[in-house]
Amino acid sequence: MKVTDFIIPLIALFIIIYGVKKKVQVYDAFIEGAKEGIQTCIEIFPVLITMIFAINILLKSNVLNVVLSFLSPLFEALNIPKDIIPLMFLRPISGSSSLVLVNDIFTSYGPDTYIGRLASVLQGCTDTTIYVLSLYFGSVGIKKTRYALFNGLFADIMGIIASIVFVNLLFY
Amino acid sequence: MNKLWAAFIVIGIVFCMATGNAVTINNEMINGGKSALKMVIEMLPLMAIWSGLMNIASKSGLLNKLSIMLSPILNPLFPDIEKGHESLGLITSNMVANIFGLGSAATPFGLKAMKSLQELNHDKKIASRSMITFLVLNTSGLTLIPTTIISLRMMHGSQNPTEIILASILATFFSTFFGLLMNKFLSRKEA
Repeated sequence: MKVTDFIIPLIALFIIIYGVKKKVQVYDAFIEGAKEGIQTCIEIFPVLITMIFAINILLKSNVLNVVLSFLSPLFEALNIPKDIIPLMFLRPISGSSSLVLVNDIFTSYGPDTYIGRLASVLQGCTDTTIYVLSLYFGSVGIKKTRYALFNGLFADIMGIIASIVFVNLLFY
Repeated sequence: MNKLWAAFIVIGIVFCMATGNAVTINNEMINGGKSALKMVIEMLPLMAIWSGLMNIASKSGLLNKLSIMLSPILNPLFPDIEKGHESLGLITSNMVANIFGLGSAATPFGLKAMKSLQELNHDKKIASRSMITFLVLNTSGLTLIPTTIISLRMMHGSQNPTEIILASILATFFSTFFGLLMNKFLSRKEA
């Protein structure tokens, strides 16, 4: 048992005890909320299908790898290992496929190498920006997202730079 | 989003055909929806349970209390939302779930927060300033304990699976900070 295993049960326990104390009809409130949750889930289904469809076509076409092979001399000059580059590009698009890449890096180099540590920090410090944006905006029917995408990707790039800087500072 | 989506598909299909790989697209057209369906099926019970719990928290006033407690941090970030509004409580819940690496619980909170922000939004088709700030906070990946990565490192026989936590926290802090700084700048420029 880890300490983090206690977080979810404690949250659930606290919410229910607090609700009973405040005389909320907890049973009815739960059903009402569950209904709302299922509705949201059904509402986001078309958004998910639409987005995953586009992401999969892009990923399976292999076009990213070709683009990256053009860019690799630039990254080599910056002393960034070649095999980490696909991860930087995939991370904002798809969480599961970037995790597969981290797994591949661990398999070929081991988790305790420079590239292994860099991959760990990279995967841990940012999120799937493009996926989250389309899901969250799509769920409430926002059409114009203004500067959200640029802002999100900017934070991701900062995360990539920070990962490289801090892995170098803390380990080497 | 519109252009990005079209670009993903056009680039993908053209490139596949150019490299003689049209079969990939055919397969994707037939099977592509399955992974989305699988996601929804996995998400549905989670959404139901967490939304159920959150409704209790909302009715008992717990969410408002949470948002008042955290208002010193959140109010400067979300100047458009009045103090103690429920959406701040939902944003906080989403952040807390993310920070502890509870990704599955974070999504229902996040979607509820978006709904609540949409109620405050003047033009329902255009993203509000608060929504964008919230999504920057969310996507810059405020995670304290990257549990998935640590267990993956363990699986691959790392000598010290948790050694990356400090670098991870620093990097996530850095990206969130600069993301929010850029957010302040952009929101002023557009307003």
